[in-house]
Amino acid sequence: MAFSSSSSNLTAYTATAITKPSSSPVIRFNKASTFRPKPISISCVMTQQSTNSSAAAVEDTAALRPDPLGRFGKFGGKYVPETLMYALSELETAFRALATDYEFQKKLDGILRDYVGRESPLYFAERLTEHYKRPNGEGPEIYLKREDLNHTGAHKINNAVAQALLAKKLGKERIIAETGAGQHGVATATVCARFGLKCIIYMGAQDMERQALNVFRMRLLGAEVRAVHSGTATLKDATSEAIRDWVTNVETTHYILGSVAGPHPYPMMVREFHAVIGKETRKQALEKWGGKPDVLVACVGGGSNAMGLFHEFVEDKEVRMIGVEAAGFGLDSGKHAATLTKGEVGVLHGAMSYLLQDDDGQIIEPHSISAGLDYPGVGPEHSFLKDIGRAEYHSITDEEALEAFKRLSRLEGIIPALETSHALAYLEKLCPTLPNGAKVVLNCSGRGDKDVHTAIKHLQV
Amino acid sequence: MATLAVVSSTLGLSDTFSKLKHDGKVAFIPYITAGDPDLSTTAEALKILDTCGSDIIELGVPYSDPLADGPVIQAAATRALARGTNLDSILDMLKQVIPQLSCPIALFTYYNPILKRGVEKFMITVKEVGVHGLVVPDVPLEETELLRQEASKHNIELVLLTTPTTPRERMKAIVEATEGYLYLVSSIGVTGARASISGKVQSLLQEIKAESSKPVAVGFGISTPEHVKQMAEWGADGVIVGSAVVKILGDAMSPEEGLKKLEEFTKSLKSALI
Repeated sequence: MAFSSSSSNLTAYTATAITKPSSSPVIRFNKASTFRPKPISISCVMTQQSTNSSAAAVEDTAALRPDPLGRFGKFGGKYVPETLMYALSELETAFRALATDYEFQKKLDGILRDYVGRESPLYFAERLTEHYKRPNGEGPEIYLKREDLNHTGAHKINNAVAQALLAKKLGKERIIAETGAGQHGVATATVCARFGLKCIIYMGAQDMERQALNVFRMRLLGAEVRAVHSGTATLKDATSEAIRDWVTNVETTHYILGSVAGPHPYPMMVREFHAVIGKETRKQALEKWGGKPDVLVACVGGGSNAMGLFHEFVEDKEVRMIGVEAAGFGLDSGKHAATLTKGEVGVLHGAMSYLLQDDDGQIIEPHSISAGLDYPGVGPEHSFLKDIGRAEYHSITDEEALEAFKRLSRLEGIIPALETSHALAYLEKLCPTLPNGAKVVLNCSGRGDKDVHTAIKHLQV
Repeated sequence: MATLAVVSSTLGLSDTFSKLKHDGKVAFIPYITAGDPDLSTTAEALKILDTCGSDIIELGVPYSDPLADGPVIQAAATRALARGTNLDSILDMLKQVIPQLSCPIALFTYYNPILKRGVEKFMITVKEVGVHGLVVPDVPLEETELLRQEASKHNIELVLLTTPTTPRERMKAIVEATEGYLYLVSSIGVTGARASISGKVQSLLQEIKAESSKPVAVGFGISTPEHVKQMAEWGADGVIVGSAVVKILGDAMSPEEGLKKLEEFTKSLKSALI
């Protein structure tokens, strides 16, 4: 059974206009989380009154994720060159219109089911659960949300297919994207092949070397992969270059941003396209144990798989949400990507969020064994959830991630992506603290075939 | 809070334009990146640009992720950063040099370095060395409130940008809010010399002037005396030349050669406005 008849997976990004019955109680939730339908008025920012009324409005807008300017509290926004502003508002308008576009929703639904392979299972990890049982036999129950089983092997495809469809609606025939490890690049190249769109992927020259397999895959799928040599030649530079391409080709090109980062409307849009993860989880949890998850765990690079799982449950205060970042060689080593733990608030790639920067406000190159977590920023909504205390963020070193990589392989016969391994590693610290029978849902965001070359270098098997 | 050591005795940006308008002249505004090839060369370059007739000089603060910049200015920023150039060292240099200049300086910087220092603190420290204006290309109108407040408190003119993709209503709001001048980006893209400048600039200039009497300076892509002349003929109040100038300093075999070529080039550009 792929989807319930109410297409509940789609209502995540619809405005409250939709009155279709839903199998999960999302309607009140949507009211709190969707943007206002009226157009953004510039004058409200310009006048003196805006500063005075903002105090009263804070209470209101704090509940909006995001508010009309694309802010989550003080985070988010659109910090991009003026050339892009029109394209961003055009994109937002098109996205908003999807709420009542049943044709689009039906088409997306069909692709997610028949091409991507949704819905992904919620799998009870029996032996992993056994591993965390305490001597008295008590312990939590571990469930894995199997995003690794999606076509292309990661959650990235959820967003890529939806944005490709959106690009076609906008009449844009040229697609660009940035990629770190290559998974988002592969997902984008995949959907461009599927929909007949021209595809250009920007990748840091250093990353191209360490993920040569993915580079080949992208080219095999018909994409052009452009090496970025500027700056540190890694993900942050590829993202900057993709933004420059977009500034230059904005009239013909759609930028498929791969995470919940970047300027508004991307953090909201990408979250909504991944929200199917959380929606399915709610339904599956209900079916399996008649309740909700107690704890959600997910790795955080830019934050898309985590937001996809968390979003559905943000209003369910009793559901604990844990994001796990990369601590690389250790938090004190200076070689990590633990943005929410060690970063400071600033502006990167269009959004105000926590980021890793030096004393002059220059962006630092992070380090993680997993290229997908190797980003010096983080989605603004995560910054917001951290600040309001709704979600907790911890970090895991390269070594701990590699241990978890082996552990899941041995205990469940599932080879996880190194990114996902960070979330899995955190279970070692989390599970001893959880009460008996606590239901943990961990987002198994990707499979690890792409990581075997890295693993070979580091592991004795 | 009063600031000491206001060392610049030059006119500000708007006043410079007023004076030029009165004299029937178009402003020549070169841009260079601070610290490429090094700060002492930048100091000399500023003086040369000034004596060769620049009316305003834009000085870029090098940044790790310059979204609005093409390969020439990106490379200049990377070189400058590799040499350890930072805001403090740039301000130290400006403290010495600005008193020797007859034209005002506008700093061109991305937002994060300003935020890191603290917006108010940033304004205070740049004002202390005599900077008159500021251009921040990655802060759109909606997000400029804080910047404008602090800039205006400290008598720094915040220049805003408009582009060929900006809808007319929005352009109106931008020109109403800009100080010093309105930066009209000539093309859809990042900085970098172009073979020719789009004719759309001419109609954009007309549209802007129908809405406001504030001075408009055109930038991005302008790299030859012919381009400069054309912008003036189309009605621009100022012409900004960036990458072409940066390239001369960056490509030179030595700082001395770079400065010499800079002088020749600047004179040729300026002569197009006489």
